[in-house]
Amino acid sequence: MSRSARAALKSVVWTACLLPLLMLLLKFWADDLGANPISYATNVLGDTTLRILLASLALTPLRLLFGISWQMSLRRLLGLFAFSYAVLHFSVWVVVYRFFDWPGMLADVRKRPYITVGMLALTLLVPLAATSTTRMVKRLGGLNWRRLHRLVYVASVAAILHFSWLAKKGRNDPYLYATLLAVLLGVRGWHRMARALGKRGVVALGAPGTQKRAAGAP
Amino acid sequence: MLIKRRPDIASSEITARGLYLSRRAFIAGGAALALGASRAAAAPAPPGEPLAAKPSPTFRVDDPPTKFESVTTYNNFYEFGVDKADPSIYAARLRPRPWTVRVEGLCARPKTYDLDELLRLFPLEERVYRLRCVEGWSMVIPWVGFPLASLIKRVEPTSKARFVEFTTLYDPEQFPGQKKNLISFSSLEWPYAEGLRLDEALHPLTLLTFGMYGRVLPNQNGAPVRVVVPWKYGFKSAKSIVRIRFVTERPQTTWEKAAPNEYGFYSNVNPTVDHPRWSQATERRIGDFRRRPTLMFNGYADQVGSLYAGMDLRKDF
Repeated sequence: MSRSARAALKSVVWTACLLPLLMLLLKFWADDLGANPISYATNVLGDTTLRILLASLALTPLRLLFGISWQMSLRRLLGLFAFSYAVLHFSVWVVVYRFFDWPGMLADVRKRPYITVGMLALTLLVPLAATSTTRMVKRLGGLNWRRLHRLVYVASVAAILHFSWLAKKGRNDPYLYATLLAVLLGVRGWHRMARALGKRGVVALGAPGTQKRAAGAP
Repeated sequence: MLIKRRPDIASSEITARGLYLSRRAFIAGGAALALGASRAAAAPAPPGEPLAAKPSPTFRVDDPPTKFESVTTYNNFYEFGVDKADPSIYAARLRPRPWTVRVEGLCARPKTYDLDELLRLFPLEERVYRLRCVEGWSMVIPWVGFPLASLIKRVEPTSKARFVEFTTLYDPEQFPGQKKNLISFSSLEWPYAEGLRLDEALHPLTLLTFGMYGRVLPNQNGAPVRVVVPWKYGFKSAKSIVRIRFVTERPQTTWEKAAPNEYGFYSNVNPTVDHPRWSQATERRIGDFRRRPTLMFNGYADQVGSLYAGMDLRKDF
């Protein structure tokens, strides 16, 4: 991929990721957040977190299934955007929703399973964001870094559970997200299994390009 | 001396009220287009026909009523869709006329009432009630209607009647949320069913409601007729009612069927009994920034507390 194509791709991703936030700010400025602005902002930020998180998890399956790899350079960008939206989502909860009611929030984290898993998801994303720089990859070494960043699987399951457990019956989007996540993780699982079997000479599965595993790719 | 002067603005130039109001919808629509967001298109529904009613001196709370725009754009009415904006977006699909309400079951004088006949049975009053949603938000709404008790007494329930069951219209053409398809596989059971104990239904607070804010009910608020039971969570107040039935056995309600451990038959507003997943101790009054404590029976404890004397409200939540 040429330098200019990569720059164009990145600017598209930047724009797409910033758009939900920008719209939220525009609506805030236009006093158009609806009857329950706090709830609306919390929902939009949470929803965007899930979407970007799922997008970041879709890059590797694309490579495994279709052997394309130009999208792999977007992982860090998408991962950091997902983390940023998660932090914003959390901040709105702390500052606007609960207004620094620390004992109340702590009680909720302990007592309400959906908040517990939500906190877990956010907490797990912190070390991933902290070790996202090229320097940290070098410092940790590719293998360790990869192992650490497998935490994103746990975080994303926790994030989807967070949404499913708070949603009222009748909503379908939690199921939609859960199905997507299952597919994205399933492709990885299937590929791993196929490779393991292939190594033992049982079957030779696997799409073209699967052997060229990019360094640091979970 | 009278100096005759032409008015600055000729009457022919005065914008008609309807046009003036639709300007807001136009702007909201334009903004929505600009933002590419269909959800923002939830323009305030043009206010409906006026519905005259005498303000009740006793049944009123002093908190200021919630903005009409909020009450008509932030709704839980799953028949239209699960998002808060869906009811106002799809409201026009519902045809509130002609409409009949079948009153039947264990009563001496069952009857199918045409809505206009029902409206004229008893004098309408305006009552300002608090509305507390099970989700943790609340509103203050001036409703227009008459006590459900008046209608119930008229049809003479028999001694076997112990409960009253309300049924909402089932028509996927008018209620898109009732359609089953690939992306809406998980849904409530239709038609929507709600119920009250007979003494709850007969309680003077229970209002058979036809309007709000001095006008007929907007479709998204349960047109043309609904009940309002102000000491219970909002979902207990069935909307767009087509049938009222007197029964002996406690009816199973839609939300009870959907999640029996979360939504009990009684569903009285109670800050000391949490929803299994979230606290009910506080609420956000729509329009407020900070949350406020939720009141026992939504502030109607003096009037309705005796209905539940001796009951364990943790068990019968």
